[in-house]
Amino acid sequence: MTFQSVMNILSLWALPAIILLILTMGLAKKIPVYEVFTDGAKEGFKVAVNIIPYLVAIIVAISMFRASGSIELIGKAFAPLLNYFNVPVDVLPIMIVRSLSGSAALGVFSDIANTVGPESYATKLSAIMVGSSETTFYVLAVYFGAVGISKLRYALLVGLLADFIGILAAIIICKLMFA
Amino acid sequence: MNYIFYFLILISIIAGAMNGKLHDVVNAILSGAELSVKIAFSLIGIMAFWLGMMKIAEKCGLIAVIAKIIKPITKRLFNEIPEDSPAIGDIAMSVSANAFGLTNAATPIGIKAMEELQKENTDKTTASNSMCMFLAMNTAGFQLIPATVIAVLIGIGYKNPTEIIAPTLLVTTIAFLSAIFIAKLFQRFWAPQSTSPLPTGEGSNGGEE
Repeated sequence: MTFQSVMNILSLWALPAIILLILTMGLAKKIPVYEVFTDGAKEGFKVAVNIIPYLVAIIVAISMFRASGSIELIGKAFAPLLNYFNVPVDVLPIMIVRSLSGSAALGVFSDIANTVGPESYATKLSAIMVGSSETTFYVLAVYFGAVGISKLRYALLVGLLADFIGILAAIIICKLMFA
Repeated sequence: MNYIFYFLILISIIAGAMNGKLHDVVNAILSGAELSVKIAFSLIGIMAFWLGMMKIAEKCGLIAVIAKIIKPITKRLFNEIPEDSPAIGDIAMSVSANAFGLTNAATPIGIKAMEELQKENTDKTTASNSMCMFLAMNTAGFQLIPATVIAVLIGIGYKNPTEIIAPTLLVTTIAFLSAIFIAKLFQRFWAPQSTSPLPTGEGSNGGEE
């Protein structure tokens, strides 16, 4: 079996297995699982509503940023640097967008893949960049918003630095594997 | 966050005006606001489900068992929270759910972990070191299989989409480990929270006064 088929089976069974395990263990310990479940589930609405103001702030700001064409401007500024390191310029929007918006990153990725063709180097590199990252700003807004944290200290900086390291790693590893 | 918010919007308006896209920028306010509420509302159901499940898991001691298994690692990463805090088990569950690409489960569980960390937090509006560490682990997005990306690749007729799994895994691992390392480093050198933080555990982490 290949690594992927093992992973597919694990992914398929992970949720059912966890749910079964939780319920079985609960019943075995004589816990009223239905009552406890509904009691915990009551919080769901509250948490989702709590994060709305934080999401609105972040997502509106980022939507405005994307609509303003700033990303293309940043792209133009960095293009010579990419050329110098032989990184395809097509990939640039991905590098900027992937920390800001997950759906946008996926959209830009489909866009690139469709324009430069499935087998091109830029497609591979952007696939790795999109697949290896999580949207830093979104995670920040949701997780800190849910508990009402507004002073971030170094949290954002760490996320962005790690994103940057991820981009460098993607460039190097893709070059070693596919160039 | 105040500056980030301000400058994102300021730059958007200036750049939008320069690019002749001011109209799009204004429209983005409405679409962004709508999208935020859509995201939040789509979370309600799945949030409720996992919070219910996690409550059972907590009551029957499953979370405590998981926390115990990964204690050697979490003790070092989250040295400011008590070793038997339910946050530890939640964090482990959230990170593994992410690793398997179960985003629908990972986010609610991650939020629950954040709430547990908030209980240990001394200043309720400022992120604690543990919160920053947990956030760093999440923003690095450690994932074993990039399922969505593979789906897109298959969609455009990429011949061998599985070949990107190994490099992606390598990159995400590097990013994940660097995030932990950087968070740990900042924890040591960044100014502590305004109120005095909880006493540190083993003294393995100096510089936190």
